[in-house]
Amino acid sequence: MILSVRDLRIRFGHAAAAPFAVDGLDFDVSAGEIFVIIGESGSGKSLTGLSVLGLLPQGAVASGSIRFDGQELLNQPEAVLRPLRGGRIGVVYQDPLSAMNPVWPVGEQIAEVLRAHGLAGRREAARRSVELLERVHIPDAPRIALAYPHEISGGMRQRAMIAMALACGPRMLIADEPTTALDVTIKAQILELLSELRRELALTVVLITHDMGVVAELADRILVMYAGKVAELGPAAQIMNRPSHPYTQALLFSATMSEAPAKADLPAIRGTAPPIEARPAGCRFHPRCPQAAADCREAAPNLRRLGDVLLACHYPLLNGDAARPGCAP
Amino acid sequence: MTVPLLALDGVRKSFAQRRGGAAVQAVAGVSLNLAAGETLGLVGETGCGKSTLARLALRLLEPSGGRILFDGQDITTAGPAALLAIRRRMQAVFQDPLASLNPRMRIADILAEPFRVHRTTPRGGAAARIAELLAFVGLEGIDTRRLPAQFSGGQLQRIAIARALALEPALIVADEPTSALDPSVQAQIVNLLLHVQRARGIAYLLISHDLEVVGHVADRIAVMYLGVIVELAPTGHLLREAWHPYAQALLSAAPTLAARRDRSWQRILLGGDLPNPADAPSGCRFHPRCPIAREACRREVPELRPVGSQGRYVACHLAPAETAVLGAAIGRGRRGGARMQAREGTT
Repeated sequence: MILSVRDLRIRFGHAAAAPFAVDGLDFDVSAGEIFVIIGESGSGKSLTGLSVLGLLPQGAVASGSIRFDGQELLNQPEAVLRPLRGGRIGVVYQDPLSAMNPVWPVGEQIAEVLRAHGLAGRREAARRSVELLERVHIPDAPRIALAYPHEISGGMRQRAMIAMALACGPRMLIADEPTTALDVTIKAQILELLSELRRELALTVVLITHDMGVVAELADRILVMYAGKVAELGPAAQIMNRPSHPYTQALLFSATMSEAPAKADLPAIRGTAPPIEARPAGCRFHPRCPQAAADCREAAPNLRRLGDVLLACHYPLLNGDAARPGCAP
Repeated sequence: MTVPLLALDGVRKSFAQRRGGAAVQAVAGVSLNLAAGETLGLVGETGCGKSTLARLALRLLEPSGGRILFDGQDITTAGPAALLAIRRRMQAVFQDPLASLNPRMRIADILAEPFRVHRTTPRGGAAARIAELLAFVGLEGIDTRRLPAQFSGGQLQRIAIARALALEPALIVADEPTSALDPSVQAQIVNLLLHVQRARGIAYLLISHDLEVVGHVADRIAVMYLGVIVELAPTGHLLREAWHPYAQALLSAAPTLAARRDRSWQRILLGGDLPNPADAPSGCRFHPRCPIAREACRREVPELRPVGSQGRYVACHLAPAETAVLGAAIGRGRRGGARMQAREGTT
């Protein structure tokens, strides 16, 4: 296990009544796998990613445990976290334009990572930065290294950010919505790149997204989060082909509209994910669930095992068929 | 032939750059017809000009060339008074409802504004009409004294659709209406758009980069690249067998979930990025990224020309003779199941 998260809880402020944005999360990530956390706004997926690196926003209070390679990361001092960030754990954000320094050339920013981690002197770092840009297949890397972030395209910027994340030879990459801001053809290029890097560098990738397409394509295992909790956790192939949780099934339906008969009504779930301060009692999904029963309103389902999948649902789908949206319940 | 509801005829729009650079031709000669009750999907990537085209169709922008006709009436250079009358019949829904609804106005006022602007009182009075509209979009009984920020994205998009419907338009231009919404909410809004169309016979010009949405809702799809339409076809035809190499690349980049799940298809990866529209390539605008470009493609601009009898149009010197086979293979591959052999690696 390269990453072990136990009973992770995150909330804003210490008040006893403050609701938990992330509410008791457990998962393990194996070395070399692509582990995808999927969820919608308010699910707590991004906070989970930020907490691994000690990058939670001001006012957020976290408890539980996050162990990376056996070492505790949660609530550790900067002196412990700083060498890991961009060191053994690389980070890729959604919007490289705001994640990069606008007044520094791209190559310089990559070189800075190497220098800050004491891995190279000035000249060596400059040379390595060009190599890293080449590693992520940026054509004409020496020229791009001298360009400012706003001077290159969104796809190139995302590649440069991945190069920066790779600078110190990380074991794990955390990527928060790395393709969300990109067009489909560029998104395709970045997904190919991530897949190649995992294969060739034996990287572990934790990918945070709301895009089922990205999940279907890259994930080895999936954690589906809903309203701060695990809905479903297990092998990608099983969850994508036979989802057990009605919420997972709804996400799959949304991603397969064009497979439904043209212009036919889609099997949509009602409502919207609840804000943190207004989460319903019982199963948090019950107001939107097409098959909620009385106990779903009263008791929160415990996480339990169903084959290879861990699941929080009183009435799991037995034949959740994601391939034929027209035949939904 | 009946008069199309919306007709764009060689429409162009250039934007001057600051400091006297070359003008950017965002829309470089587009001709499209939209029939009453029809849905035309417009797909393309950032910077291809699809949103500019939407704004031209709505006459929020004045074209630099060409003609725009709404229900047979030339509105290319129509002034504010003429446009006010037209806009009763032509409404818009945008991507981000929180940005397109005034944050300081109560929902009741937002929905009453169309009546106020057009100085009309609906039968039964505005309040009754607003309640009816809200029920129609699935928001029966919401507190209309509240402000937009107090509603979710999905609810706001329903409110935006209700506002667009207030004056019973014949056309709604919808620019990425589901893109800002959470996936589980997108399907609801798609269903609502379909419901609106079935109940009221409204035509949509649906602009989106999401092939799932367009593929489900549109009757025909137009593919736009760098200011021009490169292919136009009935939806089923385009998804099954695209003819233009760019349309093929776009489809191949976004396979269906089934194909992604069994990881069976292979993509055409386009090299490079969209060229700068201020410095568009000569000849076919797609030629520098096209895997099959010839010498003629560098010199001669391909016209969007009709091919066959099924309402298909393509702007490519080599299509469909040299592109149809690959198009069909991509169509099969992105639907999943069959292994796709064809692959052009140009990166």
